[in-house]
Amino acid sequence: MAKSDPLPPLLQTRRRSSLFARGEPMVWMTGGALVLSIAMIIGLLLIVIVRGGQTFWPQKLKKVARVDGTYLMGELTKTETYKPEDFVFDNIQDPDDRERARAMVAANKGRSERRFIRTGNRSPENREDFMWVSDFEVKQESFPEWALTIERSEWGRFYGIPTAFYIGEEKAADTAEGAWTLYEQHHGDLVDKWTKAAEIEKEEIGDLNDEINDAREAAKGVALEHGEGSRQHQDALAAAQALAEKLEPQLDALRGRVDRMRAESGQYQFLLEDASGKAHRVRLVDIIRAYPANRAGWWDNVGTYIARWWEFLTDEPREANNEGGVWPAIFGTIILTMIMTLIVVPFGVLGALYLREYAKQGTLVSLVRIAVNNLAGVPSIVFGVFGFGFFCYTIGAGIDQVFFEERLPLPTYGKGGILWASLTLALLTLPVVVVATEEALSAVPNSMREGSYACGASKWQTIRRIVLPRAMPGIMTGMILAIARGAGEVAPIMLVGAAKMAPDLPVDGEFPFVHPERSFMHLGFHIYDLGFQSPNAKAAEPLVFTTTFLLIAIVVALNIVAIWIRARLRRAYIEGI
Amino acid sequence: MDEEEKMGEDTQTPVEGAEHEANEVVAGFVSDQEPVPASTEAAPTTSGSQLGGVYEAVSEGRAFDTFTHDAMLEKDDILEIEQFDLWYGTNQALYKNSMGVPEGEVTALIGPSGCGKSTLLRSVNRMNDLVASVRIQGDMRLNGDSIYGAGTDVIELRKRIGMVFQKPNPFPMSIYENIVYSLRIDGVRDKNVLDEVAEKSLRGAGLWEEVKDRLEDSALRLSGGQQQRLCIGRAIAGEPDVLLLDEPCSALDPIATGRIEDLITELKGTYTILIVTHNMQQAQRASDYTAFMYLGRLVEFGPTQDLFVRPRLKETEDYVTGRFG
Repeated sequence: MAKSDPLPPLLQTRRRSSLFARGEPMVWMTGGALVLSIAMIIGLLLIVIVRGGQTFWPQKLKKVARVDGTYLMGELTKTETYKPEDFVFDNIQDPDDRERARAMVAANKGRSERRFIRTGNRSPENREDFMWVSDFEVKQESFPEWALTIERSEWGRFYGIPTAFYIGEEKAADTAEGAWTLYEQHHGDLVDKWTKAAEIEKEEIGDLNDEINDAREAAKGVALEHGEGSRQHQDALAAAQALAEKLEPQLDALRGRVDRMRAESGQYQFLLEDASGKAHRVRLVDIIRAYPANRAGWWDNVGTYIARWWEFLTDEPREANNEGGVWPAIFGTIILTMIMTLIVVPFGVLGALYLREYAKQGTLVSLVRIAVNNLAGVPSIVFGVFGFGFFCYTIGAGIDQVFFEERLPLPTYGKGGILWASLTLALLTLPVVVVATEEALSAVPNSMREGSYACGASKWQTIRRIVLPRAMPGIMTGMILAIARGAGEVAPIMLVGAAKMAPDLPVDGEFPFVHPERSFMHLGFHIYDLGFQSPNAKAAEPLVFTTTFLLIAIVVALNIVAIWIRARLRRAYIEGI
Repeated sequence: MDEEEKMGEDTQTPVEGAEHEANEVVAGFVSDQEPVPASTEAAPTTSGSQLGGVYEAVSEGRAFDTFTHDAMLEKDDILEIEQFDLWYGTNQALYKNSMGVPEGEVTALIGPSGCGKSTLLRSVNRMNDLVASVRIQGDMRLNGDSIYGAGTDVIELRKRIGMVFQKPNPFPMSIYENIVYSLRIDGVRDKNVLDEVAEKSLRGAGLWEEVKDRLEDSALRLSGGQQQRLCIGRAIAGEPDVLLLDEPCSALDPIATGRIEDLITELKGTYTILIVTHNMQQAQRASDYTAFMYLGRLVEFGPTQDLFVRPRLKETEDYVTGRFG
């Protein structure tokens, strides 16, 4: 050892502490676990955002001539590599083509690319609107200039090239360009007119019908009160009949008006040619949106993209939920979550207050606490079953017996509804709120309580003025967790009121404006419905991602609002800034 | 206060066992001690034999009577502590504490850690009620009213007694709301009344000039010393009869401590102050009377100057001169 060695002998001779003692591996393990979690979350979000985001982007229309002499046209949805079986080549008629296809696949080590093309044009005769096209089958590809993507209100998308434009039987244009110009001229007005007709049908005719129905229901009520066939009952029935007769001319006039409006606007039609040259007529009033996909520039596509998002966010679903929007589901999700929050937070906070502030800490309180914690681990479907049995069939049926007897056997509250679903979710999320609130309450410094007592405050005054405000941020944390849990829950609400299609929102302009008994749509259930219950699963697949994206966005938005409020409370009551 | 009643606390000789005077039986308080003849003879002695008396009593777990200086007899007491025992569960923390706190003056409680001085202080406004395991015997009287009597309204009692704690504990609300807290809980809504009280109390706590322009700011943004003065202001806003200070400067730096001590001197006269401190210099500087406590027993009680300069008991001398504690 050199004499000039600066290290004191103690440190030199001491054994190096072991790797584990220094904790180096733990740093790597903890860091690795964190990276893994983040990677999974980001990966999931990326898939949802990318696939959900691209659903509405307009695609070019490709026309494919296949070696078997058929044609198809549509939007490319995805591409994959596969290993074609030998028999597929037998379908190719022309021997030269067959050999060329074989050679092509062989050159590619027995593999081939294939594309999944959305060919649309569904009709009662043609149910298939997606098709696989292998590379070796393709004879020729082109992008026809005037190919239109047409979103129809029924039967989904239509891809075709316009050849003429008819108003009634009169040919107004016979070129693609002319037809497109006329479409742009008339489409907006026609749709307005068509919508107006539907409105008259729903509002004015609907109101008159409601009036007649009310009179009949009243007669039923009279029958319940005075007995079937009694004089009062007969009178009421006669009155209902008289009302129906009196309103009949009015109804007829309205119906005639609606029919005329429909017939008039229904006259405007496209004549279109599909990929194989077959002619189709499409009424303009059936068209939601149309655009010449291969002529559209980037900005046109942006316009279409935004319009489709807008439709998605604000419209009702069509076509077994595969088309149109999800507004009722968005609305249902938000209202459900809000009612749930309004119920669960006060209950949870009161419960936690009693447990933490009033109850004598002991075995019983510990047992209650354990029970509450275990409640969080009960499978959510069990809450659904409980809600169904208790809220719908017990409480709801009881309410019907007492208040809505004349509507029976049709249930009013004795079935799934948004109120029962909210209550079920409130039960489900109650433990989260109770636990978080208890934590928050126990984190309030005792010195503050003592200060308040020393000022002569009672226990309740201390809780209300000191403890609760100070615990508010922690309570908000519980609320945020409850929202995150409740908004994404699907299983229980399927049993207590979520519906595949419920166009009547739980809150609307119809008296009494809030309808807690109505079933509702929910984004989570909508995802399940699109993904697993849709009659046209392939068309629905991209919407699954879009809807998931939307649900996540809503939960994040609700959370951001809550977190923002919490930050403000924390500044006011804890940090004092 | 009756003179006779004070006589009861005037015992000089540490005697063995539970030998002490009978309390006058006043409505609301029933003494459970057997009556013993009062010894009225003052004994101005500092004797080594006392030492054995105190330590012996402590080791045997007995109570003994406080050596109360004669000067204490001439004072008008606003608060009287009468044979007060306190247990935490099965551990006795206070043994037959008896003393009278003179009105309008500053009385300090000193003693080594764990001697029960804070417990005694917190018993005055019944803060110990919040501890489930606490059991007491004996009574205290505020202006002659029993504190532990059956009919006592604890809330009303606490409104008559202000308290300031070791660590500043401003409420998480504005300075203004902190000050008027005791009025708020009484349901006072009149803005003029509240404003008046807020200014008066903040001036009383020597904080007005510093915070008058930011009354709506959160009290949590004040410095530690300001927070403690705010707590004092909050305590005097309710116009209490007695102000309890539980080591009010232990969390403060010397400058803030100095300001609090000045404040105590200013408040003297208007309020009766009972202060617990572990700092003997502070007791000497700020108080008029001092009580020395040791392991739950009130050992000696007298004018501060006498107690520090001429303690009657050897144990007190040992403590004030820093020989133990």
